[in-house]
Amino acid sequence: MARRRSFDVTRLPGFTAIAILAFVLLYAPIVTLVIYSFNGSSSVNLWGGFSLQWYRIAFENEAVQSAAVRSFVIAASASMIATTVATLAALGTTRRGKFPGQTIIYVMINQPLMVPEIVTAVALLIFFASIKIATGYTGLGYLILAHSAFCVPFAYLPIRARLEGMDSAMETAAADLYASPVQTFRHITLPLLMPGVLAGAMLAFVISLDDVIITEFVKSAGQDTLPTYMLGQLRRALTPEVNAISTVLLAVTIVILTAFFLMTRKRD
Amino acid sequence: MKTVLLATTALLAGAFGAAADGQLNLYNWGNYTSPELIEKFTAETGIEVTITDYDSNTTALAKVEAGGSGFDLVVPSANYVPVFVEKGLLAPLDKSRLSNFDNIAADWKDVAWDPNRDYTIPWQWGTTGVAVNTSVYDGDINTSEIFLNPPAELVGKVNVVPEMNDVIALTIFNVGGDACTEDLEVLRKVRDKLMAAKDSWISMDYGTTDKLSSNDLVATVNWNGSTMRARLNNADVAYGYPKEGYPLWMDSVGLLADAQNVDEAYKFLDFIMIPENAALISTFARYANGIAGSDAFMPEEMKTAPEIVIPAEFAAAGRFLPTCPQKATELYTAIWTELRK
Amino acid sequence: MRAKTHRRSKGLNGWLLSLPALVLLLIAASGPLLIVVIYSFLEPGDYSGVRWTFSTDAWFRILFQRDIFDGTVSLADANLSIFWRSVKLSLATTLIAFVLGLPTAWFIATRTPAARAVWLFLITIPFWTNLLIRTFAIMEVIRNQGLMNTALINLGLIETPIQVLYTDTAVLIGMAYVYLPLMVLPLFAAIDRFDFKLIEAGYDLYASRMGVLRRVVLPIIRPGIVAGCILVFVPSLGAYVTPRVLGGGKNMMIGNFIELQFGQGQNWPLGSALSMVLLIVVLAALLIYTRVSSRDDPNG
Repeated sequence: MARRRSFDVTRLPGFTAIAILAFVLLYAPIVTLVIYSFNGSSSVNLWGGFSLQWYRIAFENEAVQSAAVRSFVIAASASMIATTVATLAALGTTRRGKFPGQTIIYVMINQPLMVPEIVTAVALLIFFASIKIATGYTGLGYLILAHSAFCVPFAYLPIRARLEGMDSAMETAAADLYASPVQTFRHITLPLLMPGVLAGAMLAFVISLDDVIITEFVKSAGQDTLPTYMLGQLRRALTPEVNAISTVLLAVTIVILTAFFLMTRKRD
Repeated sequence: MKTVLLATTALLAGAFGAAADGQLNLYNWGNYTSPELIEKFTAETGIEVTITDYDSNTTALAKVEAGGSGFDLVVPSANYVPVFVEKGLLAPLDKSRLSNFDNIAADWKDVAWDPNRDYTIPWQWGTTGVAVNTSVYDGDINTSEIFLNPPAELVGKVNVVPEMNDVIALTIFNVGGDACTEDLEVLRKVRDKLMAAKDSWISMDYGTTDKLSSNDLVATVNWNGSTMRARLNNADVAYGYPKEGYPLWMDSVGLLADAQNVDEAYKFLDFIMIPENAALISTFARYANGIAGSDAFMPEEMKTAPEIVIPAEFAAAGRFLPTCPQKATELYTAIWTELRK
Repeated sequence: MRAKTHRRSKGLNGWLLSLPALVLLLIAASGPLLIVVIYSFLEPGDYSGVRWTFSTDAWFRILFQRDIFDGTVSLADANLSIFWRSVKLSLATTLIAFVLGLPTAWFIATRTPAARAVWLFLITIPFWTNLLIRTFAIMEVIRNQGLMNTALINLGLIETPIQVLYTDTAVLIGMAYVYLPLMVLPLFAAIDRFDFKLIEAGYDLYASRMGVLRRVVLPIIRPGIVAGCILVFVPSLGAYVTPRVLGGGKNMMIGNFIELQFGQGQNWPLGSALSMVLLIVVLAALLIYTRVSSRDDPNG
């Protein structure tokens, strides 16, 4: 009996070790990046002693700062839009059996995954340029629209994975108790779905932050994001100020997340 | 979330208001525009300059051709200037509005890719050669054999920048042909030479300045200014001018045909032809600029740099790459693809 | 009759709920892609773009090449070997990401709810710095004078640095790193809804560890595995930045090859046709996969 209890599936042998290893591997480059942001040399590869010079330079460089802010604004907007439409689509295409056109929807939603970025980039360049010329509007809207679109599958798949096979007994029970569909969704379905939505939104956010090529082709004057700013540098020389900026962003992220975490925990 | 929305609104509004007075949109290579130059220009004229980056001539061409992105000035390389002109993307310059036009050095006033400088103003020029760490190999480095048939010390350690036109041109010169050649006998030698050399390369990558500085690379095809930046970090790095022939290049500023801020653009073009200002461009990116008298305002280390001042014995081997016809590009792409499959 | 109406309303609701996503995609992804389809049947323009003359040359050149020297036509082995290389590396990437990702997702899903959120954020934090910076950070770790080699030399394990940078191994490391959260997050979403009490019940039924894993755990987390593998495999097939920076550029992957056609190669129709082929291959694989997996799906 005691031996049987010792098989605890939450502690599969080796799984914890691999998970810890994965975390170490994930953070090794990030730690290097943070260390090199304090590099005194003018080269990204060469160690020249401890110095805050790149923080000073990054602080004085408006271009890199506004690029960083722009990246975040686009990522936040795009992940919100993408997660909203992806959640609706996941609800529409999961747990209701087969219906005509389901495959078409599925293919369309996943389409942005299937072509290399450069192809979507060229197509969007031509399409958006004609709209830019026709309307005269050259704002961030195009970038947000493009990012929202290619983020949809990244938000959709985790949500769908959560939803598939999620027990509908609770929802049926709520409906039996005369809860309106909206009430049922808000109080039953959404809370159950939340981990999937959160995973999807986070994926969409980081995917948007990463995008280089589509952004490069869609951006208008003065709309460099951090990745396109770096792409421009790639051919010549990268300066460690991008390390400094990234470290600052990391620190800000961690502070905000920690505060958020502590606050929600206190409330519980 | 609210702050994000506010920031979004602010950014959108900002983009809408871009037509305000005193704006200029410069579309330039990344890490190529001196911040000091822009600061000085804004201080003198009150014009706000927005810089947007690109990483290749082809991207710049594709975006400008599609239109609508709101750029005023662009900085294509010499072999792309005729393409921009032919497609009607650049506006002819009204030289009466450029009081400093005569400051352009005699050599750069009438160039093959832009006769009489009707469309463009010099930005920077340089050479594509080889950079070698002399502590690893101290033989003759003024040859393209450095990457096409490396000496034993360098085998397996050579990098080649993935610039198709430059690399093919260097190889064509090496086997005794002319740039943009469509002569199949020459191209067969080019292909064989490249295919044989590939095994002794470690990579085909950019970022050479940093890797030369940190000894991660000991030899590479490279641009002169990048090599100078690396030498300032690592004294062993030296620049070689391949005697078989090497490409010269120049990036020039042109006014886009659909520019919105034409007056501001003219002010900027005139501004960068003042020797003192041109010197700022060079001091930042470490390339020469083509404006007479700007040397006087450059730091001492640049006036004498062996990477910037071409030694007399190799001057004749430098050649400007013309704009290759479509047929030639097709042949080169085929070789390039076979090389990197 | 009633069943039919019910079925129709189900379909209608499905379409209505998907509509916002479809409209968004039609405007900013799938719709503009039609341009690319058209381009693949045109001739390359001067220096960029296309000339509006019908031509199937781009499609011909995907499978066959005309030797530039003797004019003979043969199978385009350059294209095929680039394509094959991409498939191999992407499969290996997916495998590595799965081997690392499943335990990680499992680990996170089995923490207390509060700790779960923390671990989840810890997984994504490295990815809040953008792809290029991360890729360069990886390079910093694996290059000859970098963290990994310095550490190994100082520990006396090796004498000369191991050349990892600019090899396929480097590309694999980089891609597995970059795409790991795409594996972990969907897996987490699937494992997290798992009721671990089922295991005990399952254990009573099947009485062996493997039996429990196969018959109880696997069916429930399978949608997560499918989602994770798709999200890793498909994007890595078209990857561009990682192979370019870590692979050293000597050998292209399909993403770099297509980029070459739109860039220095100045052949947009060929680039368009190549990406159509990639799209069709991936699409076919996905459809076959969903057909096969939905056949034994209890909910399907």
